[in-house]
Amino acid sequence: MDTNKNSYTFMFAIVMVVVVAFLLSFAATSLKPLQDRNIKLEKMQNILKTVGVEVTREQAEVEFSKYIKSGVVIDPTGNVIDEAKGADVEKGLAFSGDVKHAVAKKQYPIFIAEVKGETFYVIPLFGMGMWSDIWGNVALKADKNTIYGINFDHKSETAGLGAEIATEIFQKEWIGKQIMEDANGGFTDANFASVTAIKGGADPSDTHGVDAISGGTVTSVATSKMFHDRVALYLPYFNNLK
Amino acid sequence: MSDVEEKEALFSKKNRQLLINPLDSDNPITVQVLGICSALAITVKLEPAIVMSLSVLFVLSAGNVIISLMRNIIPSRIRIIVQLVVVAALVILVDQVLKAYLFDVSKQLSVFVGLIITNCIVMGRFEAFALGNTPWKSFLDGIGNSAGYGLILVVIAFIRELFGSGALMGQQVIPDSFYDAGYANNGMMLLPPMALIVVGVIIWVQRWFNPSLEEAN
Repeated sequence: MDTNKNSYTFMFAIVMVVVVAFLLSFAATSLKPLQDRNIKLEKMQNILKTVGVEVTREQAEVEFSKYIKSGVVIDPTGNVIDEAKGADVEKGLAFSGDVKHAVAKKQYPIFIAEVKGETFYVIPLFGMGMWSDIWGNVALKADKNTIYGINFDHKSETAGLGAEIATEIFQKEWIGKQIMEDANGGFTDANFASVTAIKGGADPSDTHGVDAISGGTVTSVATSKMFHDRVALYLPYFNNLK
Repeated sequence: MSDVEEKEALFSKKNRQLLINPLDSDNPITVQVLGICSALAITVKLEPAIVMSLSVLFVLSAGNVIISLMRNIIPSRIRIIVQLVVVAALVILVDQVLKAYLFDVSKQLSVFVGLIITNCIVMGRFEAFALGNTPWKSFLDGIGNSAGYGLILVVIAFIRELFGSGALMGQQVIPDSFYDAGYANNGMMLLPPMALIVVGVIIWVQRWFNPSLEEAN
């Protein structure tokens, strides 16, 4: 067999491409349900973690319907446009909807959790880090002002630097911080102080500042911006609830 | 396959050398200077370096065997493309399987899995070895070279994580009393240029012990 003939080369290339394409699409489609399930369970796990419920990925589904009472989608004026309760939360728009494009679609998801008699509001976060997407969830206490729990994750921030936003050490600092300038001042834009990661370290008494990551300034700034931009969307809703 | 090759013992001296040489005298990073790119990118911490080494071990040994099995039917004019397709397909497969069955590991590796495609060692071994040798030898060559690669990666990551973060495998190992006494982590260690300098030092040390590697000039 002459392997240098043009016809052979073409045939070889075609057969190879078809075989590889078939193999990869077969692998991708047959593994897809498992992958999607992992992603869904991880999302539940992350939401539960912000309200202080630590579960393994396998338990996440059961515990999620137990603690997350409703998933609400609001519009920019704070009106509820979709609400799913109890076991239906995971099928509702708030959970299955696209957090990344929530702003463009003007559909902002929020979850209301009840743990040991306390109510929490969990807001999904999404933004751009230094290299790619960053995201997370923040749980506010019933006063809709104090941070109860928070988590961040990232796609490809620099390991050891920006990637540190996904660590406990950084996230712990956010707990107890307040998003409003004056706790009794109402949920207006003017009163919205957000929480910012401060380069060089925040004063421990500062209720709106946390220590930024040394060497991870761009990611720290991006995280603060994500927090500010996303949480600000829910002020009209909080105002309506009051 | 010739008769002589078939009768050769599985772990003959020659075959053993395929495994052992890449660890020192024919090391892919310090002697062949391949795979430097990933040696810089993922050695900030020990754990990803280890997982990356294992992934390369799988891709390189499996890829070497596949290429070697096809070596007589691959048209030489498109052999680089064929090699690229094989390594890309393997990497995507690894990535998909990890996402479905080992979700936590796949999250840790994130972009690094894709980076295996760009690892010069993989293409280098396909081209230089697997195209001209039997599958078993290619398999050993793949294991040997990825082990040699992994060895250097782990050494660099060990040094960088220890001096850069004061930790190993994410656990703090330098006691707090050191920090209280004024010790500080070397932030430079976390940046890519320091990996290059560490590689340089390793090459220097290796040649010191093994003068045969020095170029005659």
